Amino acid sequence: MSKLTAAIVGPGNIGTDLMYKLLRSDVIEPRWMIGVDPASEGLRLAAEKGLEASHEGVDWLLKQDQLPDLIFEATSAYVHREYAPRYEEAGIRAIDLTPAAVGPAVIPPVNGEEHVAAMNVNMITCGGQATIPMVAAVSRAAAVSYAEIVASVSSMSAGPGTRANIDEFTRTTSAGVETIGGAQQGKAIIILNPAEPPMIMRDTIYCAVAPDADRDAIVASIFAMEKAVQEYVPGYRLLQEPQIDDPSPATRGQTKVSIFVEVEGAGDFLPPYAGNLDIMTAAATQVGQNIARSVLS
Amino acid sequence: MTDINTLDRTWSADLDLRLTDTCLRDGSHHKRHQFTAQEVHDIVEALDNSGVPVIEVTHGDGLGGSSFNYGFSRTPEQELIRIAAETAKRAKIAFLMLPGVGTKDDIRAAQDNGGQICRIATHCTEADTSIQHFGLARELGLETVGFLMMSHTQPPEVLAKQARIMVDAGNQCVYVVDSAGALVMEQTADRVAAVVAEIGHEATVGFHGHENLGLGVSNTVIAARAGATQIDGSVRRFGAGAGNTPLEAFVGVCDKLGWKTGIDFLTIVDASEDVIKPAMPEECQLDRMTLMMGYAGVYSSFLKHAGNAADRYGVSGAKILLEAGRRKLIGGQEDQLIDIALMLKAEQDKAAANS
Repeated sequence: MSKLTAAIVGPGNIGTDLMYKLLRSDVIEPRWMIGVDPASEGLRLAAEKGLEASHEGVDWLLKQDQLPDLIFEATSAYVHREYAPRYEEAGIRAIDLTPAAVGPAVIPPVNGEEHVAAMNVNMITCGGQATIPMVAAVSRAAAVSYAEIVASVSSMSAGPGTRANIDEFTRTTSAGVETIGGAQQGKAIIILNPAEPPMIMRDTIYCAVAPDADRDAIVASIFAMEKAVQEYVPGYRLLQEPQIDDPSPATRGQTKVSIFVEVEGAGDFLPPYAGNLDIMTAAATQVGQNIARSVLS
Repeated sequence: MTDINTLDRTWSADLDLRLTDTCLRDGSHHKRHQFTAQEVHDIVEALDNSGVPVIEVTHGDGLGGSSFNYGFSRTPEQELIRIAAETAKRAKIAFLMLPGVGTKDDIRAAQDNGGQICRIATHCTEADTSIQHFGLARELGLETVGFLMMSHTQPPEVLAKQARIMVDAGNQCVYVVDSAGALVMEQTADRVAAVVAEIGHEATVGFHGHENLGLGVSNTVIAARAGATQIDGSVRRFGAGAGNTPLEAFVGVCDKLGWKTGIDFLTIVDASEDVIKPAMPEECQLDRMTLMMGYAGVYSSFLKHAGNAADRYGVSGAKILLEAGRRKLIGGQEDQLIDIALMLKAEQDKAAANS
């Protein structure tokens, strides 16, 4: 079977981890790794794996005779906003791993097939990839008037991009909770915890549903979604049975569904505690492969 | 010989120390975020009459804190900030925000409602998450304060480096924040002194204490001697955990030491009895749960949430707090207290089945 070619832009933790996953793909061939720092460890590893590694940035890539079919953007929201129009002009489809939100958002088990023809798709945020599937799972069984997610990640796994743009994280994630998760109103909270040894990513998802919502259907949908995410992130698991609290003033008269999740990474390049980064690269790989299959068929 | 009570650093010619009352922010935890507009009006009026120069008003977890995770506000915080700003004649109104919970839009709204001092809090190793917010606050012409929360978890030199990040981002005052009420005297002084040494020539230093080991006033006195010139307290301790440094007691101590605060002791003591006490659901207490927080180094606002989870699942609240300390949870991770309660319940059920 033939493959689509891909360039990874941004040879940091995410880009490098993504490379290991794409190297295993049967429909995508990662051929370029693009950075801006000649001393980059990610560029060195990419060259070692047989990719063409350049520190001369996207300008260099776009000057090549042969251009990639796909670009995976693993830089920052600001960089992606700047380059996205040029990718599109060059006819290259972009899978955006930054919170730039230029293209439509994609969460593989929710709307993974929906935007295979788009020139630019956005992977929201790591916290979004870990939690929005569960908001969508509850939405499938009951109308969600409000959903709130709390993502706790190890400080070690939060790079300079996340730190400098923490507002973009909360804004893009809460928008995704609404548009993809199906909540009428969404809220996102992120915590960076410096504990040693580093904590594995944990996420809590709270959903407000009507007092007469079908609780058994909600719980069944949550368990089904756990399985669906495990297909591409094996370390994704519910820590506890979903908890359901009766309506009270503290829940503003709604039934409260609480879901506790842990995301352990595959340890491809990043340590297993960095489940937040693993779920991002695993989801981007899924989305890239969906696009590739649709193009190739 | 210099008198021990001669302060090396003072706030201004008129005030040796500038005090901030936080009962309408930190006390929001104790009040489970149920302040009414009337209570906020009355408390601001009373504090303002006493001469308190700064009054902080926000949801306990800062702007945008109203949530399932931290508790929904009875009255929208922006409305409370507006009421406070309209009520205060002399005092400036401060508000708190935590990057990751609130956003820059919340800061803009708080300023529109009359907030003048923007206090931005991060865990004490994560100062670089606040850079964009300090940038905006200064651009908007707001006075800025940075909080290094859970300062007991890091040595003085780490706090000094984190303070440097905040000041380089435009912050004008760095607070050593004893969120767990776990610092003991010289541990406070060493941390304040290290921050003063790093940023003291270009910014001021503050201290925010809690009472979980009964050391609020003592820690604050020693912090002032070490160079802190902005001081937090809450009248009647009205704050999270066992509460904050009791502001009125600290004012009395300052009178005795000859430190000018601009606050009239008798007026603020009356405010404490006549206005603040009636607004409190109960006094802040040094009991099994709150002592556990100071002892195990647990974030003070976990108190009510640990209590809720203990009641809901029939497990020990004290054990929840100890486990929170063992897991090194930090401010904001209230959701994990439910996970801990469920774990304790599973252990309890298993033990019961085996007995």
